[in-house]
Amino acid sequence: MKQRAFEQRYAQDWQAFEALLDVLDPSVAPNRENFRTARRKNQRLSTSQVASFPEAYRRLCHYLALARERQYSNRLTDHLNSLVLRGHQQLYQRKSDLRSAIIGFVVAGFPQAVRAQWKFCAVSAAVFVLPGLLLMGLTLMFPELVFSVFDPKQINEFESMYDPAARHIGRVRDADTDFAMFGHYIRNNIGIGFQIFAGGLLFGIGSLFFLLYNGIVFGALSAHIINVNFQETFFSFVIGHGSFELTAIVLSGGAGLQLGYALIAPGRFTRRESLRRAAGSAIQIVYGVLLMLLIAAFIEAFWSSSTLVPTTLKYWVGGGLWLLVLGYFVGMGREKKHDAV
Amino acid sequence: MLDTRYAIETPEGIDITLRPVGPLPRILAYTVDLLLRWAVLLVLGLFLTYLGAFGIGIISILYFLMEWFYPVFFEVYRGGVTPGKKGFGIRVVHDDGTPVGWSASLIRNLLRAVDLLPFAYIAGLVSMVLDGNFRRLGDLAAGTLVVYQHDAALRLESVAGSAAEKAGARVLPIALDRDGQRALLNFADRHETLSPQRQEELAAILDNLTGEQGKHGVASLLKIANGLKGAQ
Repeated sequence: MKQRAFEQRYAQDWQAFEALLDVLDPSVAPNRENFRTARRKNQRLSTSQVASFPEAYRRLCHYLALARERQYSNRLTDHLNSLVLRGHQQLYQRKSDLRSAIIGFVVAGFPQAVRAQWKFCAVSAAVFVLPGLLLMGLTLMFPELVFSVFDPKQINEFESMYDPAARHIGRVRDADTDFAMFGHYIRNNIGIGFQIFAGGLLFGIGSLFFLLYNGIVFGALSAHIINVNFQETFFSFVIGHGSFELTAIVLSGGAGLQLGYALIAPGRFTRRESLRRAAGSAIQIVYGVLLMLLIAAFIEAFWSSSTLVPTTLKYWVGGGLWLLVLGYFVGMGREKKHDAV
Repeated sequence: MLDTRYAIETPEGIDITLRPVGPLPRILAYTVDLLLRWAVLLVLGLFLTYLGAFGIGIISILYFLMEWFYPVFFEVYRGGVTPGKKGFGIRVVHDDGTPVGWSASLIRNLLRAVDLLPFAYIAGLVSMVLDGNFRRLGDLAAGTLVVYQHDAALRLESVAGSAAEKAGARVLPIALDRDGQRALLNFADRHETLSPQRQEELAAILDNLTGEQGKHGVASLLKIANGLKGAQ
C-alpha cells in the first residue's frame, strides 16, 4: 500500500486518538485549546471512552510499525511516533495515592529503609560522632584548642547564644521571633541535609567531609560551652531537637555514602546502573530526613529556645524524644511474627 | 547516522524514538526558570517584609521551597515541564518514556548540588557532553532524560493533501534502493524549511535523474516524491 492510500484510509483513526489524548492529558495538549475546556471534557469522559483507550493505543502501535516497515516518509512516521509516545506515557504512567503512600512510609517504609541500609548509617554515625567526641575531649583538656576551630568573633557569638541571661537560647539576636527562626532552620538545616546526601555522588567524599566537619564543629563547641560553664542552657537547648536533627544528619550521610559506595564497588552492574539502584533506595531515606528535619526545626524554634520552660522539663522531654526516635527505627515496620502452623 | 535519537522498546513490541535535548536549550530553560524564581521571591519578599518577623520566617521557607522544590513540583504535577522548559518545548521523562514521578524528580533535583560543582554547572555540563544522551549526573542517578516534546515542524499536514502534493505526481524514472527513496521523501518533507536557493542546489545533484535545472528540477523532484507516496 502506498503512503497516500494508507494516510487516507486511517487518518480519521489517528485524529480521533489525538483528540482523546488531548482530553486525557490536558496539560501537554499541543494545540492551543484552552486548558480549562480540555479539563472539563476530561471530567466528562465516559467509561467506554476510557476503556477504548488501550485498544486504540495498540492499533496506533500497529500503524507505526507498518509505516516504518514500508519506509513511509519521516513526516508520517514521526507524527505516528509522537502519538504513540503520548499514548505510552498515558497508559504506563505511575499514579499513586499520595496520602496513603505517605502514611505507609511513616509507619513502616522509612524505618525499614534505614534498617536495610544500616551499615551505611552506622559508618555515617561513626564518622560524625567519633571525631567530634575526640575533639570534645581534647578541648576539655586544652581549652585554648577551641581557637583553632573557630575565630574569636564566632566564639563570642556562641557565648551570647547560650548565655543563661539571654531571653531566647540559641539565637545571635534576641529580637528574632520564633517563627522567623523556624523559617531559618528549615532553609538552613534541610539544605545541609540535602547537601550531605548529594555529596555522596563524589564517591562518598562529599558526605564524609560534611559529616566530619559538622561533627568537629559540634564537638569543639560543646566542649567550649562546658569550659565557660554555660552547659545548663546549651544541653537543655540541644537535647530537645537533637534527637531528630542529629539522627537526620547521620541518616542523610548514610544515604550519601550509599551513592558513593555504588560508584566505588558497583559489583555485577555497570556503574550507571548501580548508581541508579542505589539512588532509588537512598531517596527513601532522604524523604524521611526531610520529615525529621522539619520536626526538628519546629522543636528548635518553638520549644528548645524557650526560657519559660524549666530546664528539668526540657531534659525529660528531650530524653523522651531520643527514646522515641531510637525506638521508632528499631521497632517500627517489622513484620508480625506468624504463629507456627 | 549522526543522530541523537533514543529508542525505547515498549511492551507492545515497538520502538518509540525520543530526541534528547542538548545543553544549550537546557541552559536557556534553566535561566528562564532561575529568573522566574528570583522574580517571584522578589515580589513576594517586598510584600512579606511588611509583615515583620513573621514575614521573614515565611520568606525563609519560601526561599527553601523555591531552591529545592520548584522544579520537583512542576515536573511531577505538570508532566515534566517547568515554565522555562515549556518555553523551549522540552520535558523530563523517565528513560523508559513514562512521565517522571516523585522519586526520580527529587533525585535529579537534589543531585543538582553536585552538578553545579565546581561552579556554574561545570560537572553537569561535562557529564552531558560525555553521555550520548545529554544526561547530567542527576539524570544518570535518577534514570531520567530531557527530551523534545513535540516537533511542530514535522506535524502531519491535512490529509487532503498539501500544496506540494497538488503539484502532481511522476513515476520514478529509474529503480532506486530504499535509502535513495527515503532521501527523496525527506527532501519533499523538509523542502519548505530550506531557502529556494538551497532547494535548487540540492536538486542540482540529481539533474541527470530529473533532466531539469533550477526551479523545474525542484518541482520534478517533488513530483517524484509524490509518486513514491502514491499520490495521483
